[in-house]
Amino acid sequence: MAKLGELAQLIRSKNAGPFLLTFDIMFADPKIYQHVKQSKAINAQMIGDIYGVPVEKIHFVEYDPGLAFKATIPRPITSGHVGDGDIYGAQQFGPLVQVEIPGI
Amino acid sequence: MKQITLVAPTGNLGSSFSEESFLSALKRKPDIIACDSGSTDGGPYRLGSGVPYFPRALYKRDLRVILKGAHAHGVPVIIGSAAGAGLNCQVDFLVDVAREIAAEENLAFDVACVYAEQSKEYLTKRLSEGRIRALHPSEELSQDTIDRAANVVGMMGVEPLIEALDRGATLVIAGRSSDTALFAALPIKRGFNPGPAWHAGKILECGAASTVQRLFPDTMVADVDSEGFNIGPMNPAMRCSPLSVAAHTLYENGDPFVMREPSGTLDTTDCAYEPADDRWVRVSGSAFHPADQYTVKLEAAELIGYRSFSISGVRDPMILSDLNLFLGEVRERTYAKVLDTAGVEPDCYRLDFRCYGLDGAMGPLEQEKTIGHEIGLMIEAVAETQDLASIVASYGRYLALHNPVKHWTGMVTNLAVPMSPPVINHGPVYQFSMNHVVIPDSPTEMFRVSEVTI
Repeated sequence: MAKLGELAQLIRSKNAGPFLLTFDIMFADPKIYQHVKQSKAINAQMIGDIYGVPVEKIHFVEYDPGLAFKATIPRPITSGHVGDGDIYGAQQFGPLVQVEIPGI
Repeated sequence: MKQITLVAPTGNLGSSFSEESFLSALKRKPDIIACDSGSTDGGPYRLGSGVPYFPRALYKRDLRVILKGAHAHGVPVIIGSAAGAGLNCQVDFLVDVAREIAAEENLAFDVACVYAEQSKEYLTKRLSEGRIRALHPSEELSQDTIDRAANVVGMMGVEPLIEALDRGATLVIAGRSSDTALFAALPIKRGFNPGPAWHAGKILECGAASTVQRLFPDTMVADVDSEGFNIGPMNPAMRCSPLSVAAHTLYENGDPFVMREPSGTLDTTDCAYEPADDRWVRVSGSAFHPADQYTVKLEAAELIGYRSFSISGVRDPMILSDLNLFLGEVRERTYAKVLDTAGVEPDCYRLDFRCYGLDGAMGPLEQEKTIGHEIGLMIEAVAETQDLASIVASYGRYLALHNPVKHWTGMVTNLAVPMSPPVINHGPVYQFSMNHVVIPDSPTEMFRVSEVTI
């Protein structure tokens, strides 16, 4: 087992406009990317569980040319609305760093 | 092969860039210089208030470098989404800065201003015609939302920018624009293949962000031809790799393969990314699918109140051992004081406590429950008037300062206050209120071009 934060080159979150939040999990090594892809450990359901979003509201992409996984969800609260603590949506990815990937 | 060279001095006008990098770009005999100046990324305040995103001196510094270089080399310039949100007043603000520079540096420009604000009359008409559609994940637009808007802009595509260039402008200062369209405008005008033109623009508009490791904001250049484009940074300390360029369409997009523009969709599904040399990348296979219907995205902000807040440290282990109890008491006592003094019920305003070191960044989504040895406590009030927000925040902070702590007996002072005065009256609070597209009769009907010489 290895943690995603040890395997990924970059894990980040950011707004895709004020109403959507997008997560990128990016790798430098194609072999590691392929291993994680085949393990299916990164998928829409696990994103939904962490962020409390139903699977049908998650747009999940395996982006081979960029060696990356992307998940886009409706922002829990619109950017800049009263009660929003993260206008850029940039600091929401912390839980993903700890996700365990089997077989490495 | 026919080729066109596009230069992005940086990804955000005012963020500063290396003059040396920009001058290197000019030596490549570019056809156009374009720069994005606005975004919704930083929140709704710029769109609601009209205040420029950066202080004037930052815009003047960047524009001075750009305009001197453009003038000396005879290269037209397009600035888009002026000064934060691309409002009319923000366009005029940048024209004013440019005018000042032109006078100081003895330059002359034929300026085209392209305005992007939308009137309530126009929006009401389009709504009644069924020509306004909601974007995911929003609800359909109501007339009430139009009526309440402080400001509304439409995001222009290439067509109004092409009109400005056709009128002979050497400097185009545009209101809210598709960032990508700023770069795609001239290639499209000259009949280049739209796929590579839009894709090059998508990468250029972020300046040096698509390099392997962006050290600081800086200049990016693309040479676009009919089959693809070559792209790279001017600063020798930075480089692009096929992976870094391929990965760039992940940034701030919901999908890295398909990206919608007013006139159609950029599709990178069949792209190939190869090294052009050790610092530049060749991209081929970009496609652009024209839309059945031309759509213009609307952005709007409405004023919802005024904010006052304070921020302090809390280091008392006894408070931290039952923070919910402490904050619950402060909340109830604040409600009572505000009702007594101002006659206002709690449901007429917002009082929020944000605890940094616990769940300040993620709020209700935070799963980590352990508190360390201190928290940063932000006490925030939002109310209909600045006076009421100030009353709520002042009571909240003062009650927190001396609220009895369960474990202690005697007079306590609970906050490490880092500034005097401790409560900041922060001003108007805006919220984004539209996530919709209009179906206009033409790509230019929503955007007005006006010319001025400086």
